[in-house]
Amino acid sequence: MASPNSVSQPPSIPTGLSVEQLLDLYYYMRLTRSLEERLAALYRQTKVVGGLFRSLGQEADAVGSAYALDQDKGDILSPLIRNLGSMLVRGATPVEVLRQYMAKAESPTHGRDLNIHYGTPEQGFIGQISHLGDMVPVMGGIALSFKMRGEDRVALVYVGDGAMSTGTFHEGINFAAVQRLPLVVIAENNGYAFSTPTAKQSAVKHLADKAAAYGIPGVRADGNDVLAVYEVTRRAVDRARSGEGVTLIELETYRRKGHAEHDDQSYQPTEEIARWEADDPIDRYVRQLTSSGWSTPAALADIDRRIADELAAAVALVEPEAMPEAGTALAGVCLDPPEAEREWYDRG
Amino acid sequence: MPEVTYLAAIRQGMWEEMERDENVFILGEDVGAYGGAFKVTDGFLERFGGQRVIDTPISEAAIVGAAAGAAHMGFRPIAEMQFIDFISCAYDMLTNYVATARYRAGLPTPMVVRGPSGGYVRGGPFHSQNPEAAFLHTPGLKIVCPATARDAKGLIKAAVRDEDPVLYFEHKYLYRRIKEDLPADEEILTPIGKARLAREGSDLTIVTWSAMVFKALETAEQLEAEDGLSVEVLDLRTLLPMDDEAIMASVRKTNRVLIAHEDTRTGGVAGEITARINNDAFEFLDAPVKRVAAHDVPLPYAPSLEDFVLPQTEDLLAAARWLAAY
Ligand SMILES: Cc1ncc(C[n+]2csc(CCOP(=O)(O)OP(=O)(O)O)c2C)c(N)n1
Repeated sequence: MASPNSVSQPPSIPTGLSVEQLLDLYYYMRLTRSLEERLAALYRQTKVVGGLFRSLGQEADAVGSAYALDQDKGDILSPLIRNLGSMLVRGATPVEVLRQYMAKAESPTHGRDLNIHYGTPEQGFIGQISHLGDMVPVMGGIALSFKMRGEDRVALVYVGDGAMSTGTFHEGINFAAVQRLPLVVIAENNGYAFSTPTAKQSAVKHLADKAAAYGIPGVRADGNDVLAVYEVTRRAVDRARSGEGVTLIELETYRRKGHAEHDDQSYQPTEEIARWEADDPIDRYVRQLTSSGWSTPAALADIDRRIADELAAAVALVEPEAMPEAGTALAGVCLDPPEAEREWYDRG
Repeated sequence: MPEVTYLAAIRQGMWEEMERDENVFILGEDVGAYGGAFKVTDGFLERFGGQRVIDTPISEAAIVGAAAGAAHMGFRPIAEMQFIDFISCAYDMLTNYVATARYRAGLPTPMVVRGPSGGYVRGGPFHSQNPEAAFLHTPGLKIVCPATARDAKGLIKAAVRDEDPVLYFEHKYLYRRIKEDLPADEEILTPIGKARLAREGSDLTIVTWSAMVFKALETAEQLEAEDGLSVEVLDLRTLLPMDDEAIMASVRKTNRVLIAHEDTRTGGVAGEITARINNDAFEFLDAPVKRVAAHDVPLPYAPSLEDFVLPQTEDLLAAARWLAAY
């Protein structure tokens, strides 16, 4: 972990970001954490319908990587379950996320799919399905469409250390590599896939080593250092945009909560959790911002207040909303109009 | 007699088979140290060791394929799908490799693939599926779907001992909701391919399986109390091979049949059962065979939507009344 150097003059920012952009990164990381804390409180009040998945301690990896994409150029990403932060960067709102978790009628999927499983190419992100690995070939297809149309756009997909064990991951990244598609694959190594440690998923020393099997570069970065994440992703995005193909990036981080809120994570040693807590990506970034003179504690506290207000308003809006009307379940499987709703006995 | 949950019954069945036969082993995601996502294999690692309780990578095709290879060599693997929805990732292995092995090449493949299936749990489209119809169409597989704790135990034991591949679909809604007194000193083996008469009746038959058995029983009781109807409930337990004899015996007795399943209607197992009844017992029917099934949509997450899409007791009641009045 780099020790922040204290200087009287704000030093130039190594990543080429502006101070405003540095504060953006802070905002999205803090928003991710605070939104999940709100969700956890709602979960305890049984207002979240299904499970709740946290990304505590992984905010830098999701936010820093997504921030390296170019919104104006129309880049598209697909998150995994710990990448709420990446969606917020691309413009997802707390209201949408709250509605999804609480299965509200006005949620982006109208109560049909859960948690952060939503998104469209127009929004700059498309939602995952539960089946791990499936989004790798799909994002390859999105990158293929960029290439076929000669567009200047990049696709990015997240996989976990666990999701990398699927057949679809292998087939998808290999296909994209052969086609030299503008795709960035982020492997989030957070130590565990549910209860299974990374060493039981893969026999390679580093997940990035797998890149060799596909003939693409594999690089590693400290996933808890948001600027390092931004930088490594930025390079891969530039590479993809200039037609040089796929990069596999391994981000080393740690899942500080259980697999989902119900999981007591008894298989994770407490000292291990504590060690990573001491390396919290947000605390670390706050130290970096303030000691380098890029920002001040007061300015950051302002952002925190703004987030608290934004979330309070979002929860107040969403909580009383209704769930979808039962009959809306039938429409939209295909574009054709649904069969006219029939009486129960006609279901036979 | 000790009270045993449906979940504990599955555990007991596997435990007894692993004690009995050292060739039985378990493989799957998080089955060892964690004891499985639903704790079905809790304590197995401690008792049987890491050689026989294998935590795998997230690789369903490899889990099923490796089980098949080991089965050829005389082992009797039990492969767990963390949720049965992920069995689709092993569809190729199951339908192309496993199901054809004996017929094609004379290769015995005694193995079990089991996992939590079913809805009514707010699991959304990928943690609620009932995949039986996808595999019913594959010669070479057997499919069992227990509804009671006794059968949960008896069928997992029978599946392990079967000489052919068995898909064992347990219903997660029943895991801790069903409790029965099971004798500790009796070996429970439920024959594969045999239905169970869950309730006797003379006016109408409900053919069903898995969690829907309980909605059928509720329906039967309500119809008896409110309409004076005597309703028979046939719990198929095994879908493949299907117990035609038990189905036809009930049809010949009541002359009216309702088939109820939780999976979606089109291409569902009810269609196959209906065809068999038409072929074998048409002249005994006093009314068309009716079915109650889920609407033809991916299962949605919101409670209001899920409850609408999945069959409820009211749907069974209405269908049964229509049949009785026909
Ligand atoms: C194909 C498939 N098999 C099993 C599962 C069940 N499952 C959901 S999340 C998970 C662990 C995922 O681990 P990883 O990819 O490392 O992501 P993390 O949860 O650590 O962020 C498992 C096994 C699944 N979703 N998809």
